[in-house]
Formats: sequence, structure tokens, C-alpha cells
Amino acid sequence: MSKFKKKKSGDSPGISTASLPDIVFMLLFFFMVTTVMKETDLLVKVQLPKASEVTKIERKDLVGYIYVGKPLEQYTATMGTEARIQLDDAFANVDEIAEYVAKVRDAIPEETERKQLTMSIKGDGEAKMGLITDIKQELRDAQAYKLNYSTLKEEVRY
Amino acid sequence: MAKRESQTINAGSMADIAFLLLIFFLVTTTLEADMAIKRELPPITDEPTPPIVLERNILRVQINLNDELFVNDEVIPIAELRDLTKNFIDNNGDGSCEYCIGEQLNTSSDNPRKAIVSIQSDRNSSYAAFVEVQNEVTAGYNELRDKLSQKRYGDDFEKLNYSQQMDIKKAYPLIISEADL
Repeated sequence: MSKFKKKKSGDSPGISTASLPDIVFMLLFFFMVTTVMKETDLLVKVQLPKASEVTKIERKDLVGYIYVGKPLEQYTATMGTEARIQLDDAFANVDEIAEYVAKVRDAIPEETERKQLTMSIKGDGEAKMGLITDIKQELRDAQAYKLNYSTLKEEVRY
Repeated sequence: MAKRESQTINAGSMADIAFLLLIFFLVTTTLEADMAIKRELPPITDEPTPPIVLERNILRVQINLNDELFVNDEVIPIAELRDLTKNFIDNNGDGSCEYCIGEQLNTSSDNPRKAIVSIQSDRNSSYAAFVEVQNEVTAGYNELRDKLSQKRYGDDFEKLNYSQQMDIKKAYPLIISEADL
């Protein structure tokens, strides 16, 4: 006589997988919420410079992006090898920036927030400052005074 | 009519569906946030003459076409720029800045509210060099702000509340002028 019944051999109960979907759904929701889809297809090669004294861009809906860099290989035939500007999904000239700023500004639903519009330069480290300076001048002309130099975060070196 | 046994929906494939969605979002996710150095461009004014600023209140940082760095016409390595900036801002030449610990040289800035860092870059210099200079100058300002924050509020600048940050910003305003060479 034993207090504990002996388990029948060969009858393993098996782990219940009923809660597996719940676990997976939790993970799914986490990634759905944190996902940022790639906004644009890049036509230019952008290797952002590194910096340590950076701030996080908080309001992404108030930001317009200007990409600067050398055209990708498949576009060098038409666009050359010098650094170019990309606005939205197309190559652009410096004088088209004002138009783009106006477009981004009008896309902000709250009119009171339109002054908060920030233009972010995503520039390749090898791009020439002349082009960047021209862009800055255009932004001033378009009254977009808030400017971000997009960088990669780098830890302090010294 | 025979009583039917209540059918249960087989939820076994639910996990597969969820996994598919999960993998999709895993692949498309970019977790890192966008980081940037923030700047404010000067508005365009009709005034033809810029306000006259004493030469001692300007720290001239110049980048030439070979990405070499000149501060007040002397070549310096980028590693020295941060301390040079700090010494310049914190100089307290006119003695009106009670929180500064500068050397009060009469060749450097009067006080942090008057000190201007001017970054001039050649049109052929690289954007990376420009960002690096911006970063070092900002680092100089941030270190001064952190030090004053510690002294006044016992915490780093980033952890202060809004009005405290404003107070520190007023003490060390970030005045950077960016222009062509």
C-alpha cells in the first residue's frame, strides 16, 4: 500500500500549447506598437556622421526629411556621382526645397503646431558643406528655422 | 433530431497565424530612435548691417577644404576644441558672471551671454567634419550646463524640470553662428 499512486508508465501528459497563441500575440502587439516603417526608399547613399551630444527626435509628425548624398549606383548614369538632394521619393534641386517645406508644413493638421515644423538633414558624411549651406539658406528663405542634423549616436570618446 | 455534440473551433492554427504576423513585424521593425543635433537658423532680416560684436566675444572656428580645424587662426586638433570652447565661454572677462570659473583673460569672452561661437566652413569641407565640430562645441556647452546644474540643483541638466532647465539655459545660452567661409 502506497500513499502515492504510481504513474502509469508511457502516459506522459504533454505540455499544453493552448497558451502559446497568447504569448505570441503579446510579442506581436509589442512589435506592432514599436514598429516604425521605413518612410522612403533611399535613392542616395547616406552614411550618417556620428555624434555624442544628440537629442531624440520626439514629434516625428512635425519633421520633414532632406536626404543628401551620392546617388546610388543605378542612378549614377543620369544623376552623376556628386552628392544630390532627395526629397520624398525623388531627386530634387536646391530650389525645390521651399516647395517641399510648404508641403510638409501644410500636412500638419494642427495649425498652431505648424511653427514647430522641424527640417531634418540626413546627410552623408562625405557630402560637401557647400550643398548643406545652400540647403540651410533655402530653409531660411522658406522660414523653416528649426533644423536637425541627423546623426548616429556615439558614446563619448574622451 | 439527434443532439449534436457542440463543436469547438480548433485553435491550433491560431499560433501559426500569430507567428506569421510576428515575424513580419520583427523583420520590419527598426527599434533605434532618430537622433539629431538640434539647431535654430537665424531669421532673415531686412537690416543691412549685422550688430557689431566685440572681437573678443567671438570664438572663430574655421574648417578649411582639407577638413583642418582653425581656431582664431591657429591649427588645432579636434580633441582640443571642447576645452577651448569651455574656456572661452566660461572666461568671465567682465566679472559679471558669478557662477563662472574662467581665468578672466581680457582676450577672451566677457560673459557666457555675450560669447558667440562662430563656425565657418569652406564649401569644399565635408559634412562629417562640420558635424564633428558642432558636436564638440555642443559638448562644451553641455558640460558647462551640467556643472552649473549640479551646483544649483544637484542633478544633471537632462534630469531637471522645465523651469530649472530654462534657468540653466539662460545662464549658458547656446549662441552658435554658422556661416560660409
